[in-house]
Amino acid sequence: MALLEVTDLTVVFQRRGEAPFTAVDGVSFAVEEGQTVGLVGESGCGKSVTSLAIMGLLPRRGVRVSGSVRFEGAELLTESPRQMRDRRGRDLGMVFQDPLSSLNPVVSIGIQVTEVLERHRGMSRSKAMRVAAELLDQVGIPDPRRRLDEYPHQLSGGMRQRALIAMALACQPRLLIADEPTTALDVTIQAQILALLSQLVRDTGTALIMITHDLGVVAGLCDEVNVLYAGRVVERAARHELFARPRHPYTHGLLSSIPRLDAPRGERLVPIRGAVTDNIPWTQGCAFAPRCPNVLEKCLDVTPEMEEDDGRLLRCHNPVRQEVPA
Amino acid sequence: MITAPATSTTESTVDSEVLVEVNDLKVHFPIKRGIILDRTIGYVYAVDGVDLTIRRGETYGLVGESGCGKSTLGRAMLKLVPLSDGHVVFDGTDLSTMKGEPLRRMRRRMQMVFQDPLSSLDPRQSVESLLVEGLRAHGLDRGREATGRRLRDLLSAVGLPSSALRKYPHEFSGGQRQRIGIARALAVEPDLVVADEPVSALDVSVQAQVINLLEDLQEEFGLTYLVIAHDLAVVRHIADRIGVMYLGGLVEEAASDDLYAAPLHPYTRALLSAVPVPDPVLEDRRERILLTGDLPSPAAPPPGCRFHTRCPWRQPTRCDTERPVLREVLPGHRAACHWAEDIRAGRIKPHEVRPELVEEEGVPTVDESLAGPTSVTEALGP
Repeated sequence: MALLEVTDLTVVFQRRGEAPFTAVDGVSFAVEEGQTVGLVGESGCGKSVTSLAIMGLLPRRGVRVSGSVRFEGAELLTESPRQMRDRRGRDLGMVFQDPLSSLNPVVSIGIQVTEVLERHRGMSRSKAMRVAAELLDQVGIPDPRRRLDEYPHQLSGGMRQRALIAMALACQPRLLIADEPTTALDVTIQAQILALLSQLVRDTGTALIMITHDLGVVAGLCDEVNVLYAGRVVERAARHELFARPRHPYTHGLLSSIPRLDAPRGERLVPIRGAVTDNIPWTQGCAFAPRCPNVLEKCLDVTPEMEEDDGRLLRCHNPVRQEVPA
Repeated sequence: MITAPATSTTESTVDSEVLVEVNDLKVHFPIKRGIILDRTIGYVYAVDGVDLTIRRGETYGLVGESGCGKSTLGRAMLKLVPLSDGHVVFDGTDLSTMKGEPLRRMRRRMQMVFQDPLSSLDPRQSVESLLVEGLRAHGLDRGREATGRRLRDLLSAVGLPSSALRKYPHEFSGGQRQRIGIARALAVEPDLVVADEPVSALDVSVQAQVINLLEDLQEEFGLTYLVIAHDLAVVRHIADRIGVMYLGGLVEEAASDDLYAAPLHPYTRALLSAVPVPDPVLEDRRERILLTGDLPSPAAPPPGCRFHTRCPWRQPTRCDTERPVLREVLPGHRAACHWAEDIRAGRIKPHEVRPELVEEEGVPTVDESLAGPTSVTEALGP
């Protein structure tokens, strides 16, 4: 049994007086113990909403969540808010994109880290402080004892993100969700944080869901990659297969549109035409059809299903055939 | 059409190949404290002694991490921030002493494209009025018909339909807005376009459209670009020559390919090795130079080489006492490192660096709310 099994997860936002908006549209994937799974996509593809739904952090009002999210066989979507509160921190940890807005600005780092330890592991204040200092040290914060008394604004961006990771790891969760953990950081700091995450995954056996728009980050870190477009998974493959032979025109388009540091210069980029908002609804056909270079007439009328093909899952009527030059 | 003031030409020979020449440029922002007295208690050394030249028709890329002063340098070249010291010579005219009307007229020839097109375009102005404003300000509005034709040409050059003229910025997607920002810059027929993070606010699939557009426009109008970005891959793709900045100074400058093939400065090496590449095979066997610690505060830069606190190749002598100058190590390849040759030959091996706390000692500790901005983006941010 997989550690986490997401089946047909659908999230619909319903505002009064407006048409309902389906942010996540039947997403399924599984995460095995100790595995790193990537969710990749551009803004609005539903990757963050998926993670919030798993964590039970979506507002109760105005949102309809359906499908199933099973953690070690237990259904999370039907658990009470109280049960979910116990799970968050203990079983599930989360690291957000912007460390400054996810830390409380008026509470010292020490209190914020020890709070988790006291709440979930029942430690005394003094023991929690000792463990907190060890945690900060483990994530590479120099002089952790002093840092415990400091406030988020006194830390740099990279240090704040480390502090958040320390908090997420405080209770040794079985699953860690990292939502764009390095997007707000500089490249050299990003490299530090990614190295830290992959080392922690290796050392503690924690499973990791990595949510990002950066294919480079995925290439170095994830075992399996899910590419999302307009709320659905369009391609899923092991990372080596995905990058060596992207089959969905969207994945292929993304890979050929980003400038690469190792590509010969003077080569022109091949952009994907249109913008992320140029979609047709999935119920009508393929949402990517208006931007797709491989579009067939069928794509505009028939919704493509997820099919096993070539050692991967693919949602496309007319996948890419040729190999991308490595 | 622009008459240069008599004092404008500097002693340096006016080279027709060179469009912009920057000499020992310094931009220091005062840190002030106190309500009544408003004392200056220190400076943020945003740009601290930069020399560079931009040749006509080339694309010069400026990379560095946040707070390194790259945006400030870009703005200083257009004299959008007051210069503390040094010279900016634009096409033979020294901008550092220029002000008022001559400077305003000079600005027609240098335009800027900003990072966030939504906050840099007035939401209450239609695209037409946005574009016409610049034309009017520089006396380029030559009657209704000619201007109308000019605007349609501009829009088609940036790939927008002429129906866009009557729309407002919020009606466009991010990529289209950036196209409007570019059209606005091009409206006054500039020689130099400074693009500050032109694609970093855009979705990945749209970035390529804007990068290609910038390349096409350069060819079509013979533009000179200064592209400022934190994304090395973007800069390497678009730029002919690249300057790498660290804490207010240029640490390395080379042709784009040379910089990637053989970086000389330890910081450039670390930066290049940190950029993730979308290729798992390469990622698995890449060797990363992980820098420890954070960027020191630009209000209290370390003595000697600014990078010595994080440098894995730091040597016991010179590094912490003597600031290295940017010198030519290989033909056309400049680096500011005392040991560049030894590092290149492999005579010096990298060693472990213990992270140092980023502390502001010497200068009074600065409360963040009272301190000056650490970067221009912060100061001018929304």
